Amino acid sequence: MTDTAVRSGSAEKAAGTTKTGLQPLTFAKALNTALADAMEADPSVIIFGEDVGPLGGVFRITDGLTARFGEERCFDTPLAESGIMGMAVGMAMNGMIPVVEMQFDAFAYPAFEQVVSHVAKMPNRTKGKVKLPLVMRIPYAGGIGGVEHHCDSSESYYVHTPGLTVLAPATVRDAYLMLRDAIRFPDPVVFLEPKKLYWTKETLDLDELRKEADDAATAGSTVGRAVVARSGTDATLIAYGPSVPTALAAAEAAAAEGRSLEVIDVRSLVPFDDETVTASVRRTGRAVVIAEAPGFASVAAEIVARVQERCFNSLAAPVRRVTGFDIPYPAPKLEHFFLPSVDRILDTVDELQWEDA
Amino acid sequence: MTISTGNSANNQFGESMKPTGRSSDQGPTAEEYMLPSAQPVQLVGPSGEHIHNDRYPLPDGEALLSAYEKLVVGRRINDQANALVRQGRMAVYPSSHGQEACQVAAAVVLEKDDWLFPTYRDTVAVITRGVDPLGVLTLLRGDWHSGYDPYEYKTATQATPLATQLLHAVGVAHAAKLRGENTVVLALCGDGATSEGDFHEALNFAAVFHVPVVFLVQNNEYAISVPLKHQTVAPSLAHKAIGYGMPGERVDGNDLAAMLSVLGKAVDRARDGGGPALVEAHTYRMQAHTNADDPSRYRAQSDVDEWVPKDPITRMRTYLGNLNLLTAEEEQRIAGAAEETASTLRDGLNSEPEINPADLFEYVYTEKTSQLREQAALLADELSREGA
Ligand SMILES: Cc1ncc(C[n+]2csc(CCOP(=O)(O)OP(=O)(O)O)c2C)c(N)n1
Ligand SMILES: [Mg+2]
Repeated sequence: MTDTAVRSGSAEKAAGTTKTGLQPLTFAKALNTALADAMEADPSVIIFGEDVGPLGGVFRITDGLTARFGEERCFDTPLAESGIMGMAVGMAMNGMIPVVEMQFDAFAYPAFEQVVSHVAKMPNRTKGKVKLPLVMRIPYAGGIGGVEHHCDSSESYYVHTPGLTVLAPATVRDAYLMLRDAIRFPDPVVFLEPKKLYWTKETLDLDELRKEADDAATAGSTVGRAVVARSGTDATLIAYGPSVPTALAAAEAAAAEGRSLEVIDVRSLVPFDDETVTASVRRTGRAVVIAEAPGFASVAAEIVARVQERCFNSLAAPVRRVTGFDIPYPAPKLEHFFLPSVDRILDTVDELQWEDA
Repeated sequence: MTISTGNSANNQFGESMKPTGRSSDQGPTAEEYMLPSAQPVQLVGPSGEHIHNDRYPLPDGEALLSAYEKLVVGRRINDQANALVRQGRMAVYPSSHGQEACQVAAAVVLEKDDWLFPTYRDTVAVITRGVDPLGVLTLLRGDWHSGYDPYEYKTATQATPLATQLLHAVGVAHAAKLRGENTVVLALCGDGATSEGDFHEALNFAAVFHVPVVFLVQNNEYAISVPLKHQTVAPSLAHKAIGYGMPGERVDGNDLAAMLSVLGKAVDRARDGGGPALVEAHTYRMQAHTNADDPSRYRAQSDVDEWVPKDPITRMRTYLGNLNLLTAEEEQRIAGAAEETASTLRDGLNSEPEINPADLFEYVYTEKTSQLREQAALLADELSREGA
């Protein structure tokens, strides 16, 4: 950490927000407020990564944290993701709760060995003697017209690694609550932030949210719990992260055509909430899983398998998937061909063997 | 270009310096400060003779005698572990035969609340630090990935993925520094591991954050079959330090006295806020990489034989004997202590440990997921039917 005076100059806006009552809040500001509140609540919470200091991160999620909490608690590191992750492991071993930022999904790959061989395995290796309460935040997925390496849906790599807890909020409300829960969680969390949602807005009462996050009865309740984002009766759309708004839009369009679609927001990829998903599909009898990532050997593939194993007798049609194609993430002008769209979802819903009903 | 040297300024773990001075009246230059000695520091030569060094004092007789005992015990641990592998009691053992001076020094220069970050090769260092030998050998006998509580002796699990543990060491030191604790962290790795990206990242992070980590590279000349010349063409591994803005030093890794002195100074300097340092110990892997290795495929026995006269135990025995610090009775007592450790290992490994398959699911998460509960039940059911 070098020259404080020079480096903390640029952040003039306060971290988080102190306004009370109902207010419009962006996804980004909700995350920023969650970080600030977590740091306020627990002095062992520290933040580091690339450009997270005075700049506030390339997406401004750490905006103002250095100015408010000091350079020792929110600081820039040398540009080295394995270093960031490895140092986080050591700090978590020694009493800290590091919340590190990977600048973009594809730039988290240099940290992969640390994540897979140590973050995920250290508690197991030591029979729980060493806990690693840390959060690896990753701005992830596409839909923002980003060039190569800035739009990967990398969740499958993490969910396939036992020991990691993997969360992906899809609403502003969940951005706040889930990040607070992630930071308080005793095990390491990979926290996937859909980039295209950073600028979405909801009108929320922050005091209520804070109460919910801090109240012993509700704290931690987002981990391992899916939610019904929209109720319906004819079929279930199962989505997470950036695909949730798309699924909701599809359900809205289907309603206009007289078809009632339920939308499940998975939220917690690991642990996976079989109960909520299964209950919905048993009710509706049909399901489509929606995800941006290439479908082959993916989270969507896993969900299809789980639903099929558990709901076979309730199913009126094969469980289908609408996912990204099995290709590298396309260049900006081509990404709309790749991403699950409302039309592609509705087409798939149309193919759910309604004629047999 | 000038090189900033961080907060404090002491040359190879000793005298103060002016970081950017060019001429001698201004103190040493950054190069003089950070570059290692022209030759590996040696305080006791292979024939047991003391070699004076202006910078590194010889540890006193008592310290040497106490460390010598650990050296002898360490050798016995290596021999016993090799035998246990041959008898099939242990899956694998990476021996540190010939490297015991590095192993012992790494353990004894640390205080109780300091941290040690060892590798798979560093069983002797971990046992010397005080960890229960059977707990240490859990990994190698295959009951679990690690068998001791890292917090009890402030000793991390033995790392297998090369150089990854160096970053954990930096993190532990960084956390300690933020809390104002006076902890020093000593992190071990091999010569081959210095080629890994994490080695670079760890040294750079340690230097930039100015944290109290001493990196000790045991250069035993081989990474399995690959000799050092395929890893680097740097003048020495210790020279790499200057690239990160920290001092580097090289030392005869088979000279217990030199190891204690050089590492001790680096640890003191780190504790005093002097920042990280890199120490390269020149030693030699006298045995195969592990029992699964066949060194005859890549090195001649004559090369190994050249290192026999440089053995760390022989020279220390001669040195201490010449000074009458090591009497015949003392030698006998030490041999007895070594036998005791060996029999602890034998007895421990000859008894079959209890293995609980339910443990498989117990430590993946603090709380089992519903999926793991299902899988645990499945295995339990299979086992109960087998037992029935
Ligand atoms: C990341 C990684 N790559 C490869 C290996 C396999 N491997 C185990 S030990 C070893 C050689 C390491 O040599 P060195 O660092 O000199 O240590 P030494 O074994 O000589 O003590 C290799 C290649 C590993 N453990 N980790
Ligand atoms: Mg080696």
